[in-house]
Amino acid sequence: MKKLLTGNEAVALGAYEAGVHFAAAYPGTPSTEILENLANYKDEVIAEWAPNEKVALESALGASIAGARSLAAMKHVGLNVAADPLFTIGYTGINGGMVVVTADDPGLHSSQNEQDNRYYAKHAKVAMVEPSNSQEAKDMVIKAMEISEKFDTLVLMRMTTRVCHSKSLVEVGERKEVPIKPYKKDLSKYYVAPAVAKQLHVVVEERLKRLEEFSNETDLNYVIWNTDKIGVISSGIAFEYAREVFGDNASYLKLGFTYPLPMKKIKEFAEKVETLYVVEELEPYIEEHIRAQGIECIGKDKIPNIWELNPEIVAVSLLEEKPEIIEYDKSKIANRPPTLCAGCPHRGFFYGLSKRKNVMITGDIGCYTLGGAAPLNAMDTTICMGASISLGHGANKIFEKYNKGMKVVSVIGDSTFFHTGINSLIDVVYNKSNMITCILDNRVTSMTGQQDNPGTGYTLQGEVTEAIDIEDLVKAIGVKHVRTVNPLKLDELNEAFDWAFSLDEPSVIISRWPCALKKLTEIDKEEFKRPKGKCTVDVEKCIGCRRCVNTGCPAIYFDRENKKSSIDDVQCVGCELCMQVCPTKAIFKVGE
Amino acid sequence: MADTRSILLVGVGGQGTILASKILSAGLVEAGYDVKMSEIHGMAQRGGSVSTQVRFGDKVYSPIIGRGSADILVSFEAMEALRWLDHLKPDGKVVVNDYKIPSAPILLGKADYPEGVIETIKEKADTWVVDAAKIARDLGNAKVMNIVLLGALAKAMDLTDIDWEKAIRDNVKANFIDINIEAFHKGMEAIQLAYV
Repeated sequence: MKKLLTGNEAVALGAYEAGVHFAAAYPGTPSTEILENLANYKDEVIAEWAPNEKVALESALGASIAGARSLAAMKHVGLNVAADPLFTIGYTGINGGMVVVTADDPGLHSSQNEQDNRYYAKHAKVAMVEPSNSQEAKDMVIKAMEISEKFDTLVLMRMTTRVCHSKSLVEVGERKEVPIKPYKKDLSKYYVAPAVAKQLHVVVEERLKRLEEFSNETDLNYVIWNTDKIGVISSGIAFEYAREVFGDNASYLKLGFTYPLPMKKIKEFAEKVETLYVVEELEPYIEEHIRAQGIECIGKDKIPNIWELNPEIVAVSLLEEKPEIIEYDKSKIANRPPTLCAGCPHRGFFYGLSKRKNVMITGDIGCYTLGGAAPLNAMDTTICMGASISLGHGANKIFEKYNKGMKVVSVIGDSTFFHTGINSLIDVVYNKSNMITCILDNRVTSMTGQQDNPGTGYTLQGEVTEAIDIEDLVKAIGVKHVRTVNPLKLDELNEAFDWAFSLDEPSVIISRWPCALKKLTEIDKEEFKRPKGKCTVDVEKCIGCRRCVNTGCPAIYFDRENKKSSIDDVQCVGCELCMQVCPTKAIFKVGE
Repeated sequence: MADTRSILLVGVGGQGTILASKILSAGLVEAGYDVKMSEIHGMAQRGGSVSTQVRFGDKVYSPIIGRGSADILVSFEAMEALRWLDHLKPDGKVVVNDYKIPSAPILLGKADYPEGVIETIKEKADTWVVDAAKIARDLGNAKVMNIVLLGALAKAMDLTDIDWEKAIRDNVKANFIDINIEAFHKGMEAIQLAYV
């Protein structure tokens, strides 16, 4: 039976069919749905959200050493967090088959950079596969598990947004149960003290030679022969684009196993064709290897290494074939940037914070990153998961010494705080930073689509679990001044800011209200009640001051002609923030 | 490839373009086509401009298209049709919802909603204008606007032989099946009426 699946759904299906016993991940676009789908196989697979990617990879390694087939999944920047165990797994190898999926984001649809994680395979000396579509994604997980066990190596599976989030047809198979391998204590393999690691490095280099031989033999790397005029070497989604553009007018060397590269196969292919193109998205990873062998090719001298590719870019770059396009004036089209949702608790928080003067606001990764956009404009930096607090600490130390008028407020979400914010807050307390840390606890991991986290009280597979109390946690770290507020009550929020700004020791404000999109759980219902009714504007009373508009609520529209605000009742969820900022009480509630 | 047809569905995050594309793809698969569909998740969804691409034929390679490549552009919002019009083939068709959602800069009074959007599109391409919002509201649920447009698309693309009711039944919650099927038929009718 064939099913239309995204690449992520196909990875989950492949892992299930491959007999995977354990999987862990931290959600991150475009990788999130891999674990969400694996979680459905409750009887066969233990599937977990880990607090961060390093923890996910280490738990998967533990499961592998204990004899299970295991998988970890993360977005590209997540692998940076997990890089520490990754490089040493390159040395230790595995027991049960082990795959880590890296989901890169060319085009930065939902990321802070567009790093090409194929270099990680080479750097950490682990095998790598790259699927081009959903069928390959499924098949390669199964194949990668076999390669992993045969060569005693972790296999990195590199996907990209368009492989993860494109649907194509996949043949559904059966799960093949794989027995748990016996656990054997083996100090020469897993006890990586310097003397052990020194010997393991020798093993690693030998393993890579065997893997290169395999790379030359495996049918994951195959030739489609059409002509000797043009040859194309490509991998991943770029292969599909090349095929779309060149059709049968080129021969192809399709690379599915891309570390170590099949250099013998590449040389043979290159010798047979007159012109050789290397079609890659992002960096010239394959091209560099080819050029290092003295083989001439056309690649990044023509194809851009910034942003994602598509068939048009490949055709224009390599064949100078420009598409025929309808010409028209695009200058009048207004931008449509993403915004915080109507009723988002972050809106109240950032509205309050935006009124503070002489502050540096260090932000983090999540929906609340949008607090830095107009009209709230309440953020100075966003770098990576957890950086808000530690970056804020460093800046604060300098302000305390050289620029006394400045205050640092760091802003981080609940899930991001559990991810890597805790260590940073320890730094703040330990090194005595008089700064304000705000934890925006919206009771869920929102940006990636409503995932549970250590604070929600539920696991990925729906079990009730201990909900970590953020207030207790920060107090245990040593923060003496902690307050929890409802960010949609501006008086309460502003009073907390006044209080925190007046302190001369580290403080934490926990802004606690559920995400407007969250379906309240039983635990939530005990604490929160959604507002009833909708907000509406009394046109007679509206003076056109735009304060409600400047909350950035997408339900509020300002008519420039008659200088009045109006509220769209379809979008409004009745959070009442606009009512609190209106100076003439022109906004009132209906349908309560 | 030459026989592959490309559909571009565009709109605003939250308008249900992904569900419409899901039903569309399911119907096409059922009809025996090779299908690829590409969608965007995450940050871009939050009220931003969104696009979904569905390609079908005997054998489909790329899941996405560049400019000048779509056989049909279905826009769930008027200004978005203009934003994506350059992705349409010069002889391609447009189904546009006569519905405006002001974007953040417009809400803030920093930009104007462009005038004459639909007229411009009509000048440039073979266009059907559908008042999907009104049709959906008349059916009693503004949210089924996406399925009205899906019906319009099926008619405009001459894909009426496919068992769309099954595709809808398989992809929407039980108590919304009837209204969605009705919405689909109203969408097809809207195209028929436009022909007259």
